[in-house]
Amino acid sequence: MNHDSKIIQLPLDAATVRTLRAGEWVRLQGTLLGARDAVHRRLFEAVQQEKELPVSLMGETIYYVGPCPGREGHPCGSAGPTTSGRMDPYTPALLQKGLRGMIGKGKRSEAVVAAIKKHEAVYFAALGGAGAIYGSCIKSISVLAYPELGPEALFRIEVADFPAIVAIDALGSDYYEIGPASFRRD
Amino acid sequence: MAIRSITEAQIEKAVYQAALEANIRLPADVSRAMEQAEAAESSEIGRKMLRLLLENARLAAEQAMPICQDTGAAVVFAEVGQDVHLADGDWQCAINRGIAAAYRNGSFRYSMVADPIERKNTGDNTPALIHWLPVPGPNITITVMPKGFGSENMSRVVMLVPADGVAGIQRVIIETVKNAGPNACPPLIVGVGIGGTQDYAAFLAKKALLRPIGAAHHNEQTAMLEQQWLTDINNLGIGPGGFGGKTTALALHIETSATHIAGLPVAVQLSCHALRRSTASI
Repeated sequence: MNHDSKIIQLPLDAATVRTLRAGEWVRLQGTLLGARDAVHRRLFEAVQQEKELPVSLMGETIYYVGPCPGREGHPCGSAGPTTSGRMDPYTPALLQKGLRGMIGKGKRSEAVVAAIKKHEAVYFAALGGAGAIYGSCIKSISVLAYPELGPEALFRIEVADFPAIVAIDALGSDYYEIGPASFRRD
Repeated sequence: MAIRSITEAQIEKAVYQAALEANIRLPADVSRAMEQAEAAESSEIGRKMLRLLLENARLAAEQAMPICQDTGAAVVFAEVGQDVHLADGDWQCAINRGIAAAYRNGSFRYSMVADPIERKNTGDNTPALIHWLPVPGPNITITVMPKGFGSENMSRVVMLVPADGVAGIQRVIIETVKNAGPNACPPLIVGVGIGGTQDYAAFLAKKALLRPIGAAHHNEQTAMLEQQWLTDINNLGIGPGGFGGKTTALALHIETSATHIAGLPVAVQLSCHALRRSTASI
Protein backbone atom coordinates (compact mmCIF):
# COMPACT_ATOMS: atom_id res chain seq x y z
CA MET A 1 0.00 0.00 0.00
CA ASN A 2 2.61 2.60 1.07
CA HIS A 3 5.91 1.59 -0.45
CA ASP A 4 7.86 4.40 1.15
CA SER A 5 6.79 3.65 4.74
CA LYS A 6 8.95 2.47 7.64
CA ILE A 7 7.86 -0.89 9.02
CA ILE A 8 7.48 -0.55 12.79
CA GLN A 9 7.10 -3.51 15.13
CA LEU A 10 4.73 -3.28 18.09
CA PRO A 11 5.16 -3.27 21.06
CA LEU A 12 7.48 -0.30 20.57
CA ASP A 13 10.88 -0.15 22.21
CA ALA A 14 12.42 3.11 23.37
CA ALA A 15 15.18 3.03 20.74
CA THR A 16 12.66 2.76 17.90
CA VAL A 17 10.56 5.60 19.30
CA ARG A 18 13.62 7.87 19.26
CA THR A 19 14.12 7.29 15.52
CA LEU A 20 10.61 8.36 14.54
CA ARG A 21 10.11 11.84 13.10
CA ALA A 22 6.93 13.89 12.70
CA GLY A 23 5.52 13.59 9.18
CA GLU A 24 6.90 10.11 8.42
CA TRP A 25 4.64 7.36 7.07
CA VAL A 26 4.85 4.05 8.95
CA ARG A 27 3.33 0.58 8.66
CA LEU A 28 2.66 -0.91 12.08
CA GLN A 29 2.89 -4.66 12.79
CA GLY A 30 2.19 -6.46 16.05
CA THR A 31 0.04 -6.10 19.12
CA LEU A 32 -1.62 -3.10 20.69
CA LEU A 33 -4.56 -2.18 22.92
CA GLY A 34 -7.88 -0.70 21.78
CA ALA A 35 -9.42 1.82 24.19
CA ARG A 36 -11.47 4.99 24.05
CA ASP A 37 -13.39 7.35 26.35
CA ALA A 38 -15.00 5.00 28.87
CA VAL A 39 -11.93 2.77 29.30
CA HIS A 40 -9.66 5.78 29.63
CA ARG A 41 -11.81 7.11 32.44
CA ARG A 42 -11.63 3.76 34.22
CA LEU A 43 -7.85 3.42 33.75
CA PHE A 44 -7.32 7.00 34.90
CA GLU A 45 -9.43 6.46 38.03
CA ALA A 46 -7.55 3.24 38.81
CA VAL A 47 -4.23 5.09 38.51
CA GLN A 48 -5.51 7.92 40.71
CA GLN A 49 -6.78 5.47 43.34
CA GLU A 50 -3.56 3.42 43.08
CA LYS A 51 -5.59 0.37 42.14
CA GLU A 52 -4.41 -2.40 39.82
CA LEU A 53 -5.01 -1.86 36.11
CA PRO A 54 -6.66 -4.64 34.08
CA VAL A 55 -3.49 -4.74 31.97
CA SER A 56 0.03 -3.33 32.40
CA LEU A 57 0.58 -0.32 30.15
CA MET A 58 4.37 -0.69 30.15
CA GLY A 59 5.59 -0.38 26.56
CA GLU A 60 2.07 -0.65 25.13
CA THR A 61 0.47 1.31 22.32
CA ILE A 62 -3.19 2.31 22.59
CA TYR A 63 -5.33 2.68 19.47
CA TYR A 64 -8.32 4.94 20.05
CA VAL A 65 -10.95 2.81 18.39
CA GLY A 66 -14.53 1.56 18.80
CA PRO A 67 -14.74 -1.09 16.08
CA CYS A 68 -17.67 -2.51 14.16
CA PRO A 69 -18.20 -6.22 14.77
CA GLY A 70 -16.69 -8.52 12.14
CA ARG A 71 -18.87 -10.17 9.53
CA GLU A 72 -18.62 -13.90 8.83
CA GLY A 73 -15.01 -14.97 8.37
CA HIS A 74 -13.58 -11.59 9.38
CA PRO A 75 -12.11 -10.95 12.84
CA CYS A 76 -13.17 -7.31 12.75
CA GLY A 77 -15.35 -4.87 10.88
CA SER A 78 -14.53 -1.25 10.10
CA ALA A 79 -12.11 0.09 12.67
CA GLY A 80 -10.74 3.55 11.95
CA PRO A 81 -9.51 5.97 14.62
CA THR A 82 -11.64 8.13 16.88
CA THR A 83 -10.78 11.72 17.85
CA SER A 84 -7.80 11.62 20.23
CA GLY A 85 -8.50 14.94 21.93
CA ARG A 86 -11.26 13.41 24.05
CA MET A 87 -8.64 11.15 25.69
CA ASP A 88 -6.27 14.06 26.45
CA PRO A 89 -7.36 14.59 30.07
CA TYR A 90 -6.41 10.99 30.88
CA THR A 91 -3.27 10.61 28.80
CA PRO A 92 -0.43 12.13 30.86
CA ALA A 93 -1.25 9.75 33.73
CA LEU A 94 -1.14 6.75 31.40
CA LEU A 95 2.15 7.86 29.86
CA GLN A 96 3.47 8.06 33.40
CA LYS A 97 2.50 4.39 33.78
CA GLY A 98 4.66 3.38 30.83
CA LEU A 99 2.35 3.82 27.83
CA ARG A 100 4.71 4.26 24.88
CA GLY A 101 2.54 4.84 21.82
CA MET A 102 -0.87 6.17 20.87
CA ILE A 103 -2.79 5.99 17.61
CA GLY A 104 -5.75 8.24 16.89
CA LYS A 105 -6.58 11.30 14.86
CA GLY A 106 -6.49 15.01 15.52
CA LYS A 107 -4.49 17.40 17.65
CA ARG A 108 -3.42 16.77 21.22
CA SER A 109 -3.36 19.25 24.08
CA GLU A 110 -0.22 21.03 25.24
CA ALA A 111 -0.18 18.86 28.36
CA VAL A 112 -0.14 15.72 26.23
CA VAL A 113 2.63 17.04 23.96
CA ALA A 114 4.69 17.86 27.05
CA ALA A 115 4.06 14.39 28.49
CA ILE A 116 5.05 12.76 25.17
CA LYS A 117 8.37 14.63 25.31
CA LYS A 118 8.89 13.88 29.00
CA HIS A 119 8.30 10.14 28.63
CA GLU A 120 9.76 9.78 25.11
CA ALA A 121 6.56 8.44 23.64
CA VAL A 122 5.06 8.81 20.17
CA TYR A 123 1.62 9.70 18.76
CA PHE A 124 0.65 8.23 15.40
CA ALA A 125 -2.24 9.54 13.33
CA ALA A 126 -4.33 6.99 11.46
CA LEU A 127 -6.41 8.20 8.52
CA GLY A 128 -9.75 9.38 9.85
CA GLY A 129 -12.57 7.69 7.98
CA ALA A 130 -10.55 4.83 6.49
CA GLY A 131 -12.60 2.31 8.49
CA ALA A 132 -12.56 -0.47 5.92
CA ILE A 133 -8.79 -0.34 5.40
CA TYR A 134 -8.07 -0.45 9.12
CA GLY A 135 -10.64 -3.17 9.71
CA SER A 136 -8.74 -5.26 7.16
CA CYS A 137 -5.45 -4.59 8.97
CA ILE A 138 -6.78 -6.19 12.15
CA LYS A 139 -5.82 -9.87 12.22
CA SER A 140 -7.28 -10.63 15.62
CA ILE A 141 -9.22 -8.81 18.31
CA SER A 142 -10.40 -9.92 21.73
CA VAL A 143 -11.97 -8.24 24.74
CA LEU A 144 -9.46 -7.85 27.60
CA ALA A 145 -11.76 -6.05 30.02
CA TYR A 146 -15.10 -4.24 30.40
CA PRO A 147 -17.17 -6.37 27.98
CA GLU A 148 -20.30 -4.54 29.12
CA LEU A 149 -19.04 -1.50 27.20
CA GLY A 150 -19.59 -3.22 23.85
CA PRO A 151 -17.65 -1.28 21.18
CA GLU A 152 -16.12 0.83 23.95
CA ALA A 153 -14.45 -2.13 25.71
CA LEU A 154 -10.69 -2.63 26.28
CA PHE A 155 -9.42 -4.76 23.38
CA ARG A 156 -6.23 -6.68 22.63
CA ILE A 157 -5.63 -6.22 18.91
CA GLU A 158 -3.11 -7.67 16.46
CA VAL A 159 -2.40 -5.62 13.31
CA ALA A 160 -0.46 -6.06 10.09
CA ASP A 161 0.48 -3.42 7.51
CA PHE A 162 -1.37 -0.68 9.44
CA PRO A 163 -0.67 2.68 7.73
CA ALA A 164 -0.13 5.73 9.93
CA ILE A 165 1.76 9.01 10.09
CA VAL A 166 3.98 10.07 12.96
CA ALA A 167 1.96 13.06 14.19
CA ILE A 168 3.91 13.94 17.33
CA ASP A 169 7.41 12.53 17.83
CA ALA A 170 9.39 12.08 21.05
CA LEU A 171 10.98 15.51 20.56
CA GLY A 172 7.53 17.11 20.62
CA SER A 173 7.43 18.06 16.92
CA ASP A 174 3.78 18.20 15.86
CA TYR A 175 2.94 17.57 12.23
CA TYR A 176 -0.52 19.07 12.75
CA GLU A 177 1.38 22.37 13.19
CA ILE A 178 4.18 21.80 10.67
CA GLY A 179 2.05 20.42 7.83
CA PRO A 180 -0.57 23.17 7.36
CA ALA A 181 1.95 26.00 7.97
CA SER A 182 3.08 26.22 4.34
CA PHE A 183 -0.48 26.04 2.96
CA ARG A 184 -2.04 28.78 5.04
CA ARG A 185 -3.22 31.78 2.99
CA ASP A 186 -5.49 33.57 5.45
CA MET B 1 -58.44 13.32 -3.58
CA ALA B 2 -57.32 9.72 -3.26
CA ILE B 3 -55.68 8.72 -0.01
CA ARG B 4 -52.84 6.25 -0.44
CA SER B 5 -52.54 3.64 2.25
CA ILE B 6 -49.13 2.33 3.21
CA THR B 7 -47.93 -0.05 5.92
CA GLU B 8 -45.28 -0.06 8.62
CA ALA B 9 -43.57 -2.89 6.73
CA GLN B 10 -43.10 -0.70 3.65
CA ILE B 11 -41.51 2.07 5.70
CA GLU B 12 -39.31 -0.38 7.57
CA LYS B 13 -38.06 -1.93 4.31
CA ALA B 14 -37.24 1.45 2.74
CA VAL B 15 -35.36 2.60 5.82
CA TYR B 16 -33.52 -0.74 6.06
CA GLN B 17 -32.27 -0.55 2.47
CA ALA B 18 -31.26 3.09 2.73
CA ALA B 19 -29.41 2.58 6.03
CA LEU B 20 -27.42 -0.38 4.66
CA GLU B 21 -26.54 1.38 1.43
CA ALA B 22 -25.62 4.68 3.07
CA ASN B 23 -23.01 3.12 5.34
CA ILE B 24 -21.35 0.98 2.67
CA ARG B 25 -21.38 3.00 -0.53
CA LEU B 26 -19.99 6.52 -0.77
CA PRO B 27 -22.34 8.65 -2.92
CA ALA B 28 -21.09 9.25 -6.47
CA ASP B 29 -21.00 13.04 -6.08
CA VAL B 30 -18.75 12.72 -3.02
CA SER B 31 -16.27 10.29 -4.58
CA ARG B 32 -16.15 12.46 -7.71
CA ALA B 33 -15.29 15.49 -5.57
CA MET B 34 -12.60 13.48 -3.74
CA GLU B 35 -11.06 12.39 -7.06
CA GLN B 36 -10.98 16.00 -8.26
CA ALA B 37 -9.39 17.04 -4.97
CA GLU B 38 -6.71 14.38 -5.33
CA ALA B 39 -5.84 15.52 -8.84
CA ALA B 40 -5.57 19.15 -7.70
CA GLU B 41 -3.79 18.59 -4.37
CA SER B 42 -0.26 19.96 -4.12
CA SER B 43 0.54 18.48 -0.70
CA GLU B 44 2.17 15.07 -1.10
CA ILE B 45 0.85 13.82 2.21
CA GLY B 46 -2.58 15.23 1.27
CA ARG B 47 -2.60 13.45 -2.07
CA LYS B 48 -1.61 10.16 -0.47
CA MET B 49 -4.36 10.49 2.12
CA LEU B 50 -7.00 11.22 -0.53
CA ARG B 51 -5.80 8.21 -2.54
CA LEU B 52 -6.10 5.97 0.51
CA LEU B 53 -9.56 7.32 1.31
CA LEU B 54 -10.73 6.57 -2.23
CA GLU B 55 -9.21 3.09 -1.87
CA ASN B 56 -11.10 2.77 1.41
CA ALA B 57 -14.40 3.63 -0.26
CA ARG B 58 -13.71 1.05 -2.97
CA LEU B 59 -12.87 -1.63 -0.38
CA ALA B 60 -15.95 -0.80 1.69
CA ALA B 61 -18.31 -1.17 -1.27
CA GLU B 62 -16.59 -4.36 -2.44
CA GLN B 63 -16.64 -6.02 1.01
CA ALA B 64 -19.99 -4.55 2.09
CA MET B 65 -18.17 -3.05 5.08
CA PRO B 66 -18.89 0.36 6.58
CA ILE B 67 -16.80 3.15 5.06
CA CYS B 68 -16.17 4.41 8.59
CA GLN B 69 -16.54 2.53 11.87
CA ASP B 70 -18.59 5.43 13.19
CA THR B 71 -21.77 4.29 11.50
CA GLY B 72 -23.21 7.27 13.25
CA ALA B 73 -26.45 8.47 14.70
CA ALA B 74 -29.19 7.54 12.22
CA VAL B 75 -30.43 10.91 11.01
CA VAL B 76 -33.54 10.42 8.88
CA PHE B 77 -35.28 12.93 6.62
CA ALA B 78 -38.81 11.73 5.88
CA GLU B 79 -40.65 13.64 3.15
CA VAL B 80 -44.19 12.48 3.69
CA GLY B 81 -46.82 13.05 1.03
CA GLN B 82 -49.95 14.75 2.28
CA ASP B 83 -52.11 12.10 0.59
CA VAL B 84 -50.45 9.23 2.48
CA HIS B 85 -52.10 7.39 5.33
CA LEU B 86 -50.33 4.88 7.55
CA ALA B 87 -52.85 2.03 7.65
CA ASP B 88 -51.49 0.33 10.77
CA GLY B 89 -49.11 1.29 13.58
CA ASP B 90 -46.59 3.97 14.19
CA TRP B 91 -44.29 5.86 11.80
CA GLN B 92 -41.54 6.24 14.34
CA CYS B 93 -41.53 2.55 15.31
CA ALA B 94 -41.34 1.56 11.66
CA ILE B 95 -38.35 3.78 11.04
CA ASN B 96 -36.59 2.60 14.21
CA ARG B 97 -37.15 -1.07 13.31
CA GLY B 98 -35.64 -0.46 9.88
CA ILE B 99 -32.59 1.15 11.44
CA ALA B 100 -32.16 -1.58 14.06
CA ALA B 101 -32.36 -4.32 11.42
CA ALA B 102 -29.85 -2.62 9.12
CA TYR B 103 -27.35 -2.02 11.92
CA ARG B 104 -27.69 -5.61 13.13
CA ASN B 105 -27.50 -7.31 9.72
CA GLY B 106 -24.83 -4.94 8.39
CA SER B 107 -22.63 -5.55 11.46
CA PHE B 108 -22.59 -1.80 11.99
CA ARG B 109 -21.66 -0.22 15.30
CA TYR B 110 -24.23 0.51 17.98
CA SER B 111 -23.37 4.09 18.84
CA MET B 112 -26.43 5.42 20.65
CA VAL B 113 -26.90 5.86 24.39
CA ALA B 114 -30.46 6.15 25.68
CA ASP B 115 -29.80 8.93 28.14
CA PRO B 116 -27.10 11.57 27.65
CA ILE B 117 -26.16 11.59 31.33
CA GLU B 118 -26.50 7.91 32.27
CA ARG B 119 -25.07 6.79 28.91
CA LYS B 120 -26.22 3.19 28.60
CA ASN B 121 -25.94 1.91 25.04
CA THR B 122 -29.33 1.22 23.44
CA GLY B 123 -27.85 -1.87 21.75
CA ASP B 124 -29.42 -1.32 18.32
CA ASN B 125 -28.46 2.20 17.22
CA THR B 126 -31.96 3.50 17.74
CA PRO B 127 -33.63 5.85 18.19
CA ALA B 128 -33.33 7.41 14.77
CA LEU B 129 -33.27 11.21 14.83
CA ILE B 130 -36.07 12.09 12.45
CA HIS B 131 -36.94 15.24 10.52
CA TRP B 132 -40.51 15.18 9.15
CA LEU B 133 -41.27 17.20 6.06
CA PRO B 134 -44.79 17.26 4.62
CA VAL B 135 -44.86 17.45 0.80
CA PRO B 136 -47.72 17.40 -1.70
CA GLY B 137 -48.76 14.09 -3.26
CA PRO B 138 -48.96 10.39 -2.46
CA ASN B 139 -45.31 9.45 -2.07
CA ILE B 140 -42.81 9.11 0.75
CA THR B 141 -39.11 9.76 0.28
CA ILE B 142 -36.84 8.64 3.08
CA THR B 143 -33.19 9.69 3.27
CA VAL B 144 -30.94 8.05 5.84
CA MET B 145 -27.86 10.07 6.71
CA PRO B 146 -25.61 8.23 9.17
CA LYS B 147 -23.96 11.12 11.01
CA GLY B 148 -20.64 10.48 12.68
CA PHE B 149 -19.79 12.49 15.74
CA GLY B 150 -16.22 13.47 14.91
CA SER B 151 -17.73 16.12 12.66
CA GLU B 152 -20.94 16.63 14.61
CA ASN B 153 -18.97 17.55 17.74
CA MET B 154 -17.25 20.34 15.83
CA SER B 155 -20.47 21.87 14.50
CA ARG B 156 -21.86 25.11 15.95
CA VAL B 157 -24.80 27.44 16.20
CA VAL B 158 -24.21 31.14 16.87
CA MET B 159 -26.92 33.74 17.39
CA LEU B 160 -25.56 36.73 15.53
CA VAL B 161 -27.40 40.05 15.35
CA PRO B 162 -28.40 41.80 12.10
CA ALA B 163 -25.50 44.28 12.42
CA ASP B 164 -23.01 41.40 12.19
CA GLY B 165 -23.99 40.90 8.57
CA VAL B 166 -22.27 38.81 5.93
CA ALA B 167 -18.84 39.51 7.44
CA GLY B 168 -20.07 38.16 10.77
CA ILE B 169 -21.40 34.98 9.17
CA GLN B 170 -18.08 34.42 7.38
CA ARG B 171 -16.26 34.84 10.70
CA VAL B 172 -18.43 32.17 12.37
CA ILE B 173 -17.81 29.73 9.52
CA ILE B 174 -14.05 30.26 9.46
CA GLU B 175 -13.73 30.07 13.26
CA THR B 176 -15.73 26.85 13.30
CA VAL B 177 -13.57 25.18 10.65
CA LYS B 178 -10.35 26.49 12.23
CA ASN B 179 -11.40 25.23 15.64
CA ALA B 180 -12.31 21.85 14.18
CA GLY B 181 -8.93 21.47 12.49
CA PRO B 182 -8.23 17.78 11.90
CA ASN B 183 -10.93 16.54 14.27
CA ALA B 184 -13.81 16.59 11.80
CA CYS B 185 -11.77 14.55 9.26
CA PRO B 186 -11.17 17.01 6.44
CA PRO B 187 -11.75 17.34 3.57
CA LEU B 188 -15.09 18.55 4.85
CA ILE B 189 -18.44 19.27 3.32
CA VAL B 190 -19.84 22.32 5.10
CA GLY B 191 -23.54 23.03 5.54
CA VAL B 192 -24.50 26.55 6.56
CA GLY B 193 -27.97 27.43 7.82
CA ILE B 194 -28.85 31.10 8.05
CA GLY B 195 -32.07 32.49 9.53
CA GLY B 196 -35.06 30.86 11.21
CA THR B 197 -34.49 30.23 14.92
CA GLN B 198 -31.59 28.61 16.76
CA ASP B 199 -32.90 25.11 16.08
CA TYR B 200 -34.24 25.83 12.59
CA ALA B 201 -30.89 27.21 11.43
CA ALA B 202 -29.24 24.01 12.64
CA PHE B 203 -31.81 21.92 10.76
CA LEU B 204 -31.18 23.97 7.60
CA ALA B 205 -27.43 23.46 7.94
CA LYS B 206 -27.85 19.70 8.09
CA LYS B 207 -30.39 19.74 5.23
CA ALA B 208 -27.82 21.65 3.17
CA LEU B 209 -25.65 18.49 3.23
CA LEU B 210 -28.32 16.64 1.24
CA ARG B 211 -27.67 18.75 -1.82
CA PRO B 212 -25.37 17.03 -4.34
CA ILE B 213 -21.83 18.40 -4.43
CA GLY B 214 -21.50 20.56 -7.51
CA ALA B 215 -25.04 21.94 -7.36
CA ALA B 216 -24.93 25.62 -6.46
CA HIS B 217 -27.69 27.47 -4.61
CA HIS B 218 -30.47 28.59 -6.98
CA ASN B 219 -30.07 32.22 -5.89
CA GLU B 220 -27.10 33.86 -7.65
CA GLN B 221 -25.99 35.98 -4.66
CA THR B 222 -26.11 32.99 -2.32
CA ALA B 223 -24.21 30.86 -4.84
CA MET B 224 -21.47 33.51 -4.91
CA LEU B 225 -21.25 33.42 -1.12
CA GLU B 226 -20.95 29.62 -1.30
CA GLN B 227 -17.96 29.95 -3.63
CA GLN B 228 -16.36 32.77 -1.66
CA TRP B 229 -16.64 31.06 1.70
CA LEU B 230 -15.38 27.75 0.27
CA THR B 231 -12.28 29.59 -0.99
CA ASP B 232 -11.85 31.24 2.43
CA ILE B 233 -11.96 27.82 4.11
CA ASN B 234 -9.44 26.31 1.71
CA ASN B 235 -7.12 29.26 2.31
CA LEU B 236 -6.75 27.99 5.89
CA GLY B 237 -4.49 25.26 4.47
CA ILE B 238 -5.66 22.61 6.96
CA GLY B 239 -5.76 19.99 4.19
CA PRO B 240 -6.76 16.31 4.08
CA GLY B 241 -6.52 14.80 7.56
CA GLY B 242 -5.31 18.17 8.85
CA PHE B 243 -1.72 17.71 7.70
CA GLY B 244 -1.74 20.61 5.26
CA GLY B 245 -2.95 21.00 1.71
CA LYS B 246 -5.12 22.87 -0.77
CA THR B 247 -8.36 21.06 -0.03
CA THR B 248 -9.82 21.53 3.42
CA ALA B 249 -13.42 21.48 2.16
CA LEU B 250 -14.91 19.89 -0.94
CA ALA B 251 -18.04 22.07 -0.94
CA LEU B 252 -20.03 24.60 1.06
CA HIS B 253 -23.82 24.71 0.79
CA ILE B 254 -26.04 27.45 2.21
CA GLU B 255 -29.71 27.16 3.11
CA THR B 256 -31.60 30.24 4.28
CA SER B 257 -34.91 30.97 5.91
CA ALA B 258 -36.98 33.93 6.94
CA THR B 259 -36.09 35.02 10.44
CA HIS B 260 -37.00 37.49 13.16
CA ILE B 261 -36.30 41.23 12.74
CA ALA B 262 -33.88 41.11 15.69
CA GLY B 263 -32.04 37.96 14.72
CA LEU B 264 -29.40 36.40 12.49
CA PRO B 265 -29.04 32.77 13.59
CA VAL B 266 -26.12 30.99 11.93
CA ALA B 267 -25.48 27.26 12.06
CA VAL B 268 -22.37 25.58 10.70
CA GLN B 269 -22.83 21.83 10.23
CA LEU B 270 -19.63 20.03 9.41
CA SER B 271 -19.53 16.75 7.58
CA CYS B 272 -16.36 14.74 7.18
CA HIS B 273 -15.38 13.43 3.75
CA ALA B 274 -17.49 10.31 4.42
CA LEU B 275 -20.72 12.17 3.73
CA ARG B 276 -23.13 9.26 3.77
CA ARG B 277 -26.68 9.56 2.50
CA SER B 278 -29.04 7.20 0.74
CA THR B 279 -32.63 7.75 -0.35
CA ALA B 280 -35.46 5.26 -0.79
CA SER B 281 -38.95 6.00 -2.06
CA ILE B 282 -42.22 4.39 -1.17
